[in-house]
Amino acid sequence: MDSILLARIQFAMTIGFHFLFPPLTIGMSWILVLIETLGWKRKDEIYIAAGKYFGNLLGLIFAVGVATGVVMEFQFGTNWAEYSKFVGDIFGAPLAAEGVFAFFLESTFLGLYIFGRGRVSKGVHWFSALMVAVGATISAFWIIVANSWQQTPAGYIVRNGRAELTDFWTAVFNPSTLPRFFHTVDASLISGAFFMAGISAYLVYRNKGGEISKKTLKLTVIFGLIVSLLEVFPFGHEHGRQVAQTQPEKFAAIQGLYTSQSGAPVALFAYPTDHPPTLKAPIEIPGLLSWLAFGDVNARIQGINEFSKEDIPPLFLTFVSYHNMVLLGIYFILITAIGSYLIYRKKLFENTKVLKILIWSIPLPLLACQLGWIAAEVGRQPWIVYKLMRTRDAVSVTVSSGELIFSIALFFIIYLMLGSILLYLLIKKIKKGPDQISGKEALS
Amino acid sequence: MIDLNIAWFLLVGVLIIGYAILDGFDLGVGVLHLFTKNEDEKRININAIGPVWDGNEVWLLTAGGALFAAFPIVYATVFSGFYIAFMLLLTSLIFRAVSFEFRKYMDTPRSKKWWDLAFGLGSLIPALLYGVAIGNIMNGVPIELRDGKVVSSITFFGLLNPYSLLIGILSLVLFTMHGAIYMTLKCEGSQRERMVDWINKAWIVFVILYILATLATFFNAHYLFSGIISNPLFWIFFVILFASILYIPIAVYGRKFGLAFLSSSVMIALMILLVALSLFPRLVPSSIDLASSLTIYNASSTPRTLTAMLIIALIGMPIVIGYTIFIYRVFKGKVIITHDSY
Repeated sequence: MDSILLARIQFAMTIGFHFLFPPLTIGMSWILVLIETLGWKRKDEIYIAAGKYFGNLLGLIFAVGVATGVVMEFQFGTNWAEYSKFVGDIFGAPLAAEGVFAFFLESTFLGLYIFGRGRVSKGVHWFSALMVAVGATISAFWIIVANSWQQTPAGYIVRNGRAELTDFWTAVFNPSTLPRFFHTVDASLISGAFFMAGISAYLVYRNKGGEISKKTLKLTVIFGLIVSLLEVFPFGHEHGRQVAQTQPEKFAAIQGLYTSQSGAPVALFAYPTDHPPTLKAPIEIPGLLSWLAFGDVNARIQGINEFSKEDIPPLFLTFVSYHNMVLLGIYFILITAIGSYLIYRKKLFENTKVLKILIWSIPLPLLACQLGWIAAEVGRQPWIVYKLMRTRDAVSVTVSSGELIFSIALFFIIYLMLGSILLYLLIKKIKKGPDQISGKEALS
Repeated sequence: MIDLNIAWFLLVGVLIIGYAILDGFDLGVGVLHLFTKNEDEKRININAIGPVWDGNEVWLLTAGGALFAAFPIVYATVFSGFYIAFMLLLTSLIFRAVSFEFRKYMDTPRSKKWWDLAFGLGSLIPALLYGVAIGNIMNGVPIELRDGKVVSSITFFGLLNPYSLLIGILSLVLFTMHGAIYMTLKCEGSQRERMVDWINKAWIVFVILYILATLATFFNAHYLFSGIISNPLFWIFFVILFASILYIPIAVYGRKFGLAFLSSSVMIALMILLVALSLFPRLVPSSIDLASSLTIYNASSTPRTLTAMLIIALIGMPIVIGYTIFIYRVFKGKVIITHDSY
């Protein structure tokens, strides 16, 4: 196998596995800020206990996020040396900024948040929860800055055989940074909400954790509904419009628009095939895509046929992953809306069917995150930096196929192991439920 | 005159020193953990670094990011050249990072043992590899500049030369001693006496190895000594280093463990500064032709990027140092095992 494909497999595997954890930690940490605020301000023992329980789960997940994140920081150098040389003047800065502004913050305050209870005042302890959430979010910002620059590079000039920075802020706030930042962070909030809602639903279902699980379930289902709605409008919509304007090849691929047309339809369902690219059995709403992308039902949208063959991304994977992500997004609204309605009618805790659905929905936002990320990254191909550098020119020339096979096997085994142990421990800890609030604790 | 490139040479140096001092004691505690039998003492080891190790490791990640941003050619050449060694390092750091949490939630002593091993080896291997890496840099690596492009012919087994392995063992002993000194601040009774014993023994081995390493460097990488002997800075560094090494056993004998730790930290900083001073302005010397070395000038980013990064560092790092000091003050003193502990 050629080393380009191997390097891509390794990157996809390591980023894919890593990307299970940041959405969870970002989402959970913000919900924990909410819970800790309620616990602190209202002196509510139930929220304080909920904070402890989910705080410990956060610590466990965070550790695996850290472990797999270390790989990412160095992998550009080890596996993508030609890329690193070409973009180093621009791409390194956000990674360093992430360390300085974000990663120090979240790591340092997570230690205080989990182990500092009782050592510092309640206010400082609350502040540590806030700093974990702020740090995790700033971290997402700088990583998305770096990745967005690959999607829509700006603020640079190609000189001396590399991309050189001409304007720092133009590079940071390149056309796709903000739409992608909001879209991704909101996806993280959904992931956190579903994770905590599912666990709470399980505990309620099993009659564990008493008021602790009931209160968290209510909070996270309603929170989940709000963030799921926001993900469709405005965040998802804005990101879609941005892609339509800045990366027409990607837009055509994910939407399955294979021939340019005015009044382009949204394909609700279809099965894409190659040679020539066609959508089989499509269900379409005419004009909707043109209207969503450009605010005009008659707007002309470029199809795949307008681009030269060597510039178009893989069509099947992008279409399928994007459409399933959207489908999941709609499902998130539906299930949280049903949950919220049942909360309003005070019937959620007895409705075992909905509780069970919430339990089984835990992994779905993470799946949606993976699908969205695949659509974004595969949709950028064949470029590693859009219109600037092709992926095939970016790998390390000194790393052999043998070395790559070794490291892929290594990471595969390690990640399989970490993933299974984490899952085992999480399930064990979830089944155990939160510690009951003892009389002594309630008094102190 | 300090230009931007020199400023970044210093800043990357500061990040590496920060990492070596802070994660250095974490790694040392991990090595000592391999020799700890008693469950209570094991828990004290882990909880001594539990709340802070993660923040300490960020110094490494930030150093990596800063190297990428300021000297991308070095980042790309060294990391891809040292590929297999890096994969070993990453594997160790992965297992180490999860070992505390995983160990905490394991039920049986047998399953906990596996994560003790992960913590121990995940600390020992990096402590060794950092030295091997520095040894190889000082020794020079087989790179050449052809038409402005770097051509490297680094091999994994080429990295395992006797000189670099010597530096590797030196760094392993150094971090173990540093970790033992840190532990004297965190534990009591017989465990602390054992740590004192470790310090005394490790100190003797360290001094012998350091003399050997200096002699080996003199014969092996003579170019490192040319020029710096006449530099007054070299002699100032040398005197402070000498004093801080000597003071460690004195402070430990007088049971002034805080001062011993300070002394050990100063020692680590000075060792790195001396290497940096002798390398300057080279970052990666070429073993084929010194003129082909990567330097802070031919491997750097543009002045615009270096300026932007400098502003980021000058705003961000004081804040980082501020809250890091705060956290260390919160967790000051002996380890107390509570319900939330590992």
